[in-house]
Amino acid sequence: MHFKRRISILFFLLGLAVIFGLLKGAVNIPFTDLLLKDNQPIFNLRLLRIVAAILVGSGLAVSGIALQAILRNPLAEPYLLGTSSGAGLAAVTAVILGLSRLYMPLAAFFGAITSIILVYNLAKERGMIADKSLILSGVIVSVAFSSIIVFLVSLFGNEAMHEMNWWLWGSLQVYDYKLLLLVALAVILGICGIYLFAQDLNAISMGEEEAVHLGINTQAIKKILIVITAIITASLICICGIIGFVGLIVPHMMRLVVGPNHKLLIPVTCLAASIFVVLCDLLSRTLFAPVEIPIGVITAIIGAPVFIILLKKGKRI
Amino acid sequence: MKEILKINNVCGGYFKEEIIKGISLDVKKGDFLVIIGPNGSGKTTLLRLATRVLPLSKGEILYKDKNISAMDLKEFCRRVAFVSQDTSIGFPFTVMELVLMGRIPHLKRLQFESKRDIEIATEKLFLTDTLNLKDKRIDELSAGERQRVIIARALAQEPELLFLDEPTAHLDIGHQVQTLDLLKKLNRKNSLTIVMILHDLNLASAYSNRIALLDQGVIFKEGKPEEVLTYQNIEAVYKTVVLVNDNSVTGRPNVALVPGEK
Repeated sequence: MHFKRRISILFFLLGLAVIFGLLKGAVNIPFTDLLLKDNQPIFNLRLLRIVAAILVGSGLAVSGIALQAILRNPLAEPYLLGTSSGAGLAAVTAVILGLSRLYMPLAAFFGAITSIILVYNLAKERGMIADKSLILSGVIVSVAFSSIIVFLVSLFGNEAMHEMNWWLWGSLQVYDYKLLLLVALAVILGICGIYLFAQDLNAISMGEEEAVHLGINTQAIKKILIVITAIITASLICICGIIGFVGLIVPHMMRLVVGPNHKLLIPVTCLAASIFVVLCDLLSRTLFAPVEIPIGVITAIIGAPVFIILLKKGKRI
Repeated sequence: MKEILKINNVCGGYFKEEIIKGISLDVKKGDFLVIIGPNGSGKTTLLRLATRVLPLSKGEILYKDKNISAMDLKEFCRRVAFVSQDTSIGFPFTVMELVLMGRIPHLKRLQFESKRDIEIATEKLFLTDTLNLKDKRIDELSAGERQRVIIARALAQEPELLFLDEPTAHLDIGHQVQTLDLLKKLNRKNSLTIVMILHDLNLASAYSNRIALLDQGVIFKEGKPEEVLTYQNIEAVYKTVVLVNDNSVTGRPNVALVPGEK
């Protein structure tokens, strides 16, 4: 079957990307030396980054797919519901209050979750969520929170600014492997959870009423999926900051390759997005080594033109 | 004939206004019931209430003596299917994928479509004369083709009762007759019960065995085509002067418009 071949090709490419990611870095170490005991820390550090990259790629892309389907909006992305600015605001506040770096992820997680709860309740009307009001309240909350971030940063100066930079543009430098493990658990369970609804996503992407006629309880499923995507993005933000475009362009490209059927689209996108982020991370580490460029810059520099091409080429994206 | 659907004194509508104001209507097994009425008379809202898209504010709807709001939604959708008026679909599914979605009420979560499901989908594509389109993307089809594919999807649910909301709205007269002929054939041979909204009174007259004329959220008149389609009824509801005579081929009433300006 075509599908199996495509999946195996993607697995193969992911394997190659992982090997590249392990071999290349800010310091060049020959392959044979990398496995030596002395270089163990470097090897481990790179491995952690690759694990983080795979989690970020698959988590953001699958969240993007789910939101695009339930909102029937191809421009939906994981940060649409205000997670990024909520996390950012909480992190800035934590810095200003002088909390230790250890609490930053926790603050960011709760910031992200709080902003989604806020957006959700703003959009809710008589227990139902209309797609348009959800998107609108997401935008409003994001803008409001971002302005508070700028306000706080301009009041409290450079110290906060510096800490913020990696939040806003993302970094896969993971120090705390226990936290990474926790995030991995949330992301993997979240992706599996979304995959459980693959069929429902197919029906809902045709229209909410259509889905009801196929026996799908759309209101309940929308709520469940918003919660799952919120947990995935909030967990990822708290270790890697905000990494744009991954949740937007990879699902689109894969829709062109395998079509919009979520039973195939989700696994294929998982793999493709992992490859994409592993390679972007490789570029961010090596392009101007030893200076590390924030990974969000790389994904945006690659993502924006790709997105424009997709927009111009296909009549629909 | 036994009732398959009983609508008992139902009210309902949207948040701010009640659109349906007390409707009772029985659908018998094997019926080809056409609902007509002016814009805003509540035709689509009535179908939305009957297919559980909107909740009732009063009354009850029974499917074979079971209250539909108490039925499992998937079980309900294995028996009752709906073809909507707006058939635009945003994501580029292929025709086959779309028709297979009609099998969703028969599948468990995570269950992939079996050979049998694909056979059923293929059969329905053949029936609606769209088998040659099966690998095309839905956004590449014409309005008429898309409408027939949507009907194929509803048929793939293998319903006993099929609701359609103006299935011929975007079709030329050739495709209108073709689509309605197909539905009539399914109605006769497969004893599929059909409830359909139509704007064209002559198509309603030619194909239905019963007509319900809606006006301002209530049933103005219900019965055989010749009982409902009289110039008195039509003029009273549509506020339009018409001429009604017999169609010489079908023997059914034929409604001709009389222009106000000459």
